This record gives sequence, structure tokens and C-alpha cells, in this order.
Amino acid sequence: MKVLVPVKRVVDYNVKVRIKADQTGVDLANVKMSMNPFDEIAVEEAVRLKEKGKASEVVAVSIGPQQASETLRTALAMGADRGILVKTGGAAVEPLAVAKILKAIAEAEQPGFIITGKQAIDDDANQVGQMLAALLGWPQGTFAHTLELGDGNARITREIDGGLQTVEVKLPAVMTTDLRLNQPRYASLPNIMKAKKKPIEEKSAADYGVDITPRFKVLKVSEPPRRGGGVKLASVSELLDKLQADGVLS
Amino acid sequence: MTSLVIAEHDNASLKDATHKTVTAAAAISAPVHVLVAGENCAAVAEAAAKIAGVEKVLLADAAPYARQLAEPMEALILSVADGYDAILAPATTTGKNILPRVSAKLDTPQVSDVIKVIAPDTFEHPIYAGNAIETVQAPAGKKLVTVRTTAFKAAAEGGNAGIEKIAAAADAGASRLAGEELSQSARPELTSAKIVISGGRGLGSAENFKLLDKIADRLHAAVGASRAAVDAGYVPNDYQVGQTGKMVAPDLYIAVGISGAIQHLAGMKDSRVIVAINKDADAPIFQVADYGLAEDLFKVLPELDEELGKRGIG
Repeated sequence: MKVLVPVKRVVDYNVKVRIKADQTGVDLANVKMSMNPFDEIAVEEAVRLKEKGKASEVVAVSIGPQQASETLRTALAMGADRGILVKTGGAAVEPLAVAKILKAIAEAEQPGFIITGKQAIDDDANQVGQMLAALLGWPQGTFAHTLELGDGNARITREIDGGLQTVEVKLPAVMTTDLRLNQPRYASLPNIMKAKKKPIEEKSAADYGVDITPRFKVLKVSEPPRRGGGVKLASVSELLDKLQADGVLS
Repeated sequence: MTSLVIAEHDNASLKDATHKTVTAAAAISAPVHVLVAGENCAAVAEAAAKIAGVEKVLLADAAPYARQLAEPMEALILSVADGYDAILAPATTTGKNILPRVSAKLDTPQVSDVIKVIAPDTFEHPIYAGNAIETVQAPAGKKLVTVRTTAFKAAAEGGNAGIEKIAAAADAGASRLAGEELSQSARPELTSAKIVISGGRGLGSAENFKLLDKIADRLHAAVGASRAAVDAGYVPNDYQVGQTGKMVAPDLYIAVGISGAIQHLAGMKDSRVIVAINKDADAPIFQVADYGLAEDLFKVLPELDEELGKRGIG
């Protein structure tokens, strides 16, 4: 069974982003970029399925600028077999357009399972996996905590607000990863070298007949309200005096 | 001009997240209808009918909706979607699971985690872990929105809406519930508690984490955690507060042994008053805290417990 893993190039999770002075967006010039951490977990899970003999091939897909090929190289160094880069230029592609491109790729590649991150840490939308599943008419297991892949079905335990929930879905299906699914590996140097020889096919959104023109109009991007500086206190009783004065303790 | 809110509930009681989503919905397109989908959930529909501003409750009471799995819910919502200008769900794990499927099938893009309705087609929502606020204008047509419930006041009681039963939609049966392990707690829910006390890696063990329970009991507080504490196995996943966990905005948030990674701050920085207890005086948590105690938590917690007792709290 082939496993498809969509991965996104995003601002590294350690970077605190700056808003552009003209409020048109976030300043991404000279900022460290990495694979979306949830997508790393997705790649790791797919590679483990291959190592266990449950997947025959792992295909990583990235939709973005030319530099997203570096993100694909990371996936290949972790153990994916080949990559597909859908070049879209510099502008952000909205989740629904991403899902449409991925649907077309899934129809061409015929994977039995698709694993991707539950959300990208740039737009925090948490939409693509669910949209892709719906467009394909497939079931989904989002926010995955554990996976048991059976014959023709998957048991996915999900992290939900109240605790954990296990769903059983028929394959093919889409799974989105949560933090506790696995601990992604670091690519070894020999694997990084090997990854350079693995194929990456370059495509465009037009190849899949998808219009990626944004449908939302971004009116502005601004700083969140800042909290005023606080004070360090010397004792617990001083703290409780303050909290009682503020009326937050009865 | 009507909007539809997908109710958050457990078949027995209607969750407060629904009331907050109704407030957001009324700002986009009034009147508001509420869809209650579940199994043996008539009491929930009756509660929804009492929310002020709700004109009608749609009740789909059938086995496939018992746990509101995304696939049957998608089909159900699509079966009634035609008449609505806006469809909203709270940005809970249930809402986030379902609504993007509806969005894709309607070919109508979704805005996630709305914190403010500026105009019926214009919304503010946080991106980059809340380090930027984006104002977006949605295209003409239906608006599909998930709502960050901490940003909206709950709609009041006082309505008297009619309840209309609707038929279950056809479902392919490609998914089924295979088990649940829900946290049992007598404490208030993390996302609606007035006081939250959260622990981080500084607690050091699951055993030590229980030190927070005593304080939480005195304060009638919910207990939360940082990602580090959940990853270390001190507490279950549903305790996690942060960018990818739960968003909380209580009157009082007490962070104990939490360093304050931006991903954690994203989940709690809208709290009214923040207290940080951390022996590392340079920890980033102090930059958002109103009050800080730069001391060893193992010294502070017993003192806090004792001092609360002396003041007759809890």
C-alpha cells in the first residue's frame, strides 16, 4: 500500500514572528524555515509503516515555493521514497486550494492512506486533512494519538477535548497527526546524502487544474494586544493580598 | 438571513461553547438556528431552545450522531445547509473535526478560530500561535466559521425557540466509534473554569503534579498543563493548554513550573490575571505574568495551601 504524506514549509517553531510595519503580513525575510512539526510526525509515522512492511512506498508532497524542495529533501532523508513539489510561487495558498491539489494527486497516485499534520503552525487553520478527506469521500481520523493499521481498516485513537476517542475507519482514509503519535527521528548524514539522489517531480497547480487565486482578502495583519509588565513579589501572602484586591479570589 | 450553529454537547447537557458560538453567529447573521445532533439528546435540544436569540432548534436524534463523528455529521449539515447564510461551530476538537468537511463540500472556504466579528463578512483570527492577528474578508456567499469561544460572551438564557425534528442523512458507514477514554473529574472544565492552575516540567513527576490538586480544590479551579508535562506523561493529553491544545481565558491563571514557550502562551495569554511561580527568574513566563514569584515551587505550593486555609479560602 502506498502512503501519501503532504508536508508544509513553515517558519521554524522557535522563531517569534514579526509583523511588517505596513500590516500586510508577517516578515518572512531571513527567517529560519523548517518542516511543519506535525508533518514531521506524519512522515515518521509513514516511514514506520514502511519499516513494518505495512506500506510499500512513501510519497511526500509539498505545495509552495521552490524552497519547499528542501522540506521534501528532509522528508526523503527521514525515509520517504520520492517527492512531488507543486510550485505555487511565493504567495500563501489557502487550505481549500491545497486540499483540491492534494485530491488530484491522490487520484493520480492512488494511495491507500494519507497522513498529514493536524495543523500548520503558521496559519493554524487545522483544515486541510478534513477537507481532503471530504473531497475524496474518504473517512478521517484527526488528531491521532495512536494508529493500528489493519487489513482494509485503521483504528485511530484521537486526542479530543474530553480525553481519548478511538475510531475505526475503512481504508482508504486520511489521518492527521497530533503531538503524541511518535517522536520523529533525526535524519542521519548518510540518509541525508542518499536523499539527494531520490527523485522529486516538479509540478504546478495548473497541472492539476486547480485555481489557487486567494478567495479571502487579507485586510491587515496586526500585533496582538500586549500585556503590561508585571511585578515580582516577595511572598505568598503578598501574592494573595494582590489577588484578593483584584477580586479574582473570593 | 439566518445562521446555523452546530451545538456542542454530550447528549445529556449542552456545553457553554454553544452559547458563545451563538453570540458570534448573531453578529454575522440573525436570527440563529441551532443544530443538535446526537442520540437520546432531547434534553440538549430543550436547553438550546432556551438560549436568547435562538429562533429554532433542529434536532437530529439518531445513532450515527451519538458521538458526532465527522462523516455522518458532514452529511447531516449538508442536508440542511441550503437555507443558511452562515454555519458556525465552536473551535473545539469536535467542531474542528467536522466543519472543514462541510466547507470543502460546499466549495466555501472556512475561517478558523474567529475572535471578533468586524462585519458579517469580516473577521479577526489569530495566526502564528497568536503572535499575529489577521483580519480577513470572506468571499460572497455562505460564511463558514469556527469560533474561539474564549473571545465571546455566552448568549444569555431566556429564549423560547421551537424544536423541529429532522431526519438522519444517508451515511456511507465508513467510520465507527471503537472506544472512548474520557477523563473523569469533579472539577470545572478547563475551558470554562474561572480559575486555572497549570503545571509544567518543573513539577518533575506525575506524583508531584498532585500538589496542584490540593490548591485547585481550594480554589474550585481546573488543572491544566504545558506540553512538556503532557509529553513527560505527568498528566493526560486533555490537560494541555497551548497553540495546539486548549485555549483558556480564566479570571485567574496560575502557571507553576512552566517556562512559558510561545506555544503555551498562545493558549493562556488572554487570561485576566496571570500568576507565574518558577524558580528561574529569567523564565519567559514572567514577561506575561501580572504577578511573579521567582521561587522554588516545592516551597511555594505548601505555603500557598496553608495561606489559603488561613484566609478561609476553600
